[in-house]
Amino acid sequence: MDIETTKTLDKYAKDKYKYGFVTNIDADRPNKGLDEDIIKFISKKKNEPEWMLSWRLNSYKKWLKLPNPQWANIKFPKIDFQDIYYYSAPKGFEKKPKDLSEVDPKLIETYNKLGIPLEEQKVLAGVAVDAVFDSVSVATTYKGELEKLGIVFCSISEAVQTHPELVKKYLGSVIPPGDHSYSALNSAVFTDGSFVYIPENVKCPMELSTYFRINAEETGQFERTLIIADKGSYVSYLEGCTAPQRDSNQLHAANVELIALEDAEIKYSTVQNWYPGDEHGKGGIYNFVTKRGLCKGKNSKISWTQVETGSAITWKYPSCILKGDNSIGEFYSVAITNNYQQADTGTKMTHIGKNTRSKIISKGISLGNSQNTYRGNVSFLRKAEKARNYTQCDSLLVGNKCGAHTIPYIDSKNNSAVIEHEASTSKINEDQLYYCRQRGLNHEEAVSLIVNGFCKQVLQELPMEFAVEAQKLVSISLEGSVG
Amino acid sequence: MIFLNINNLNVSIEGKKILDDFNLTINQGEVHAIMGPNGSGKSTLANVLAGNEDYEINSGKIIFKDLNLLDLNIEERAQKGVFLAFQYPVEIPGVNITPFLQSSINSKLKNAKKPELDNLSFAKLLRKKAEELGINTDMLKRSINTGFSGGEKKRYEILQMSVLNPEFAIFDETDSGLDVDALRIVTEGINKFKNEKNSFLIITHYQKLLDYIRPDHVHIMRNGKIVKSGDISLAGEIEESGYQNI
Repeated sequence: MDIETTKTLDKYAKDKYKYGFVTNIDADRPNKGLDEDIIKFISKKKNEPEWMLSWRLNSYKKWLKLPNPQWANIKFPKIDFQDIYYYSAPKGFEKKPKDLSEVDPKLIETYNKLGIPLEEQKVLAGVAVDAVFDSVSVATTYKGELEKLGIVFCSISEAVQTHPELVKKYLGSVIPPGDHSYSALNSAVFTDGSFVYIPENVKCPMELSTYFRINAEETGQFERTLIIADKGSYVSYLEGCTAPQRDSNQLHAANVELIALEDAEIKYSTVQNWYPGDEHGKGGIYNFVTKRGLCKGKNSKISWTQVETGSAITWKYPSCILKGDNSIGEFYSVAITNNYQQADTGTKMTHIGKNTRSKIISKGISLGNSQNTYRGNVSFLRKAEKARNYTQCDSLLVGNKCGAHTIPYIDSKNNSAVIEHEASTSKINEDQLYYCRQRGLNHEEAVSLIVNGFCKQVLQELPMEFAVEAQKLVSISLEGSVG
Repeated sequence: MIFLNINNLNVSIEGKKILDDFNLTINQGEVHAIMGPNGSGKSTLANVLAGNEDYEINSGKIIFKDLNLLDLNIEERAQKGVFLAFQYPVEIPGVNITPFLQSSINSKLKNAKKPELDNLSFAKLLRKKAEELGINTDMLKRSINTGFSGGEKKRYEILQMSVLNPEFAIFDETDSGLDVDALRIVTEGINKFKNEKNSFLIITHYQKLLDYIRPDHVHIMRNGKIVKSGDISLAGEIEESGYQNI
């Protein structure tokens, strides 16, 4: 490797995280540790009905029996689940504020600093935001406007109160609490997240988005999101995440369930930028996430797009269960790991119905001492006549100390299934760098340009408003310079 | 002012000498051609001028407009007006020429402390230059060199040159892999761009290219040095009797 590349890599390694600040706010939180009492405490804080509490307690019982999964290509010390705070909310948050005038200005300021203004006149045109701070939802914008169309967009805690029948029917229907230990844990202690319901034949006119912020120290964030798209409806949803810069690791174990009924479409995009740890691998978020969508009705479609640049460890597989005939599942992913970050991410496409189709485009970029794994599972059940899958996973290595791994599992019980799989691993090409530099671009600009080009197939799937942001984020996670 | 002067340049790669006390002077507005058999050091010369870091410069000087070129890295030379049209332009998937060339021209303007071009004025400039060269606007929507034919890649290089407007353009075996039609289109592009302000160094194996470009000076290179210089008639001699007799 030439000297310039080494120099640029050094700069990357000193990458700074601009969302690393802490908001000094008095928090209301019980003692550390997990037991039935803490679950009752959370449930009581949220004024939950009896059925919700017993669902939580049942999940907890399942969690006690489930071993932690060991199969991923990631290394970390054993998590002490009794050394985590399971609930933290800014003081005085017994009830969600009615409007922004009731919200602590410090919180509004926090979101302003993150580039997410909560005052409606200032928010991104055409984007409704639900802002989640540690364990509670702080504000939801454009609620009224959406209500006129019958769209429900609120925090999951509110939905338990206002739409119990929908929550009861669908919560845990795609990710059963007993699926694995983290789904059981989340089901037991989930605090907040978003709830979306789009009524029949309504195309949601704006992007819905949730912004997750972890602020309190040693606190786990257990986000729960549930999105239901009724027959013939459409919704595009986006989530963003950041956390302060700290030396200790923090756990974020989210569960996200999507349900698309007949002819409905859900587009779910994630820009994940949790604190990744420092250049020596100290600190950072453990992002252990279960995301699963059910294409329940005929001709339904669920599309996942993710740009994963943050977290010390990313461990997630946004998946689709293609149950309805002719349903479509898509997964577009960019995962960038730098320094000592580890990512084991990919998807699971389960073809159940006839003529179901799935498409997987995964781009992994590894720098520094990081490890980046694509793990995919495509399966065709017996009745999945003429189902098709196309998978493309490309890895790009920058430097000599990082690793890229591709682990695709394919399982077909139907002979008519068509499966295509393409994979490539390449090093950043010195000829490309030379070409760009000969045209006057410096080394850093050249690397950023080449990597952005490498990711383009995925970035262009993001909603317009966020594509540019994501592109910048990709550059920032490569560059030493920020802002 | 000296435009370009290469003085006693010695270059090696992995200990093997490639350029041996090489000397060449090019004045403003001149077109020079260098011909020579394989392995004579022609492409090395092109890459050393561009600043490629794979070569060891053992001794010598390259003066370009009062600058010692050897003190500058690849991008700094490009920003000062050195352009290399590559023998095999590399594919950059997913990167469109518009933002690429806009950053490119702006790096040059920034270096010259001139105002940078905004998106709109750059798009206009690019479209105008493409039109002049008869390049279809559809081609501007594709990723750089990706899936291009040999001829398309070379035309793309010409387009980039005409947008960046370099004072010194080096063409490294631009004719390799081109059929007669593509060669004609490419050389027409070079001729259109040629004026009294900018200079060219054309590196080639064959006389064919020079028939279209008509250089002012032709040099024959062998074993890392220029062994004979003359006018266009020298190219004719080579075509007839080869390099053996020189």
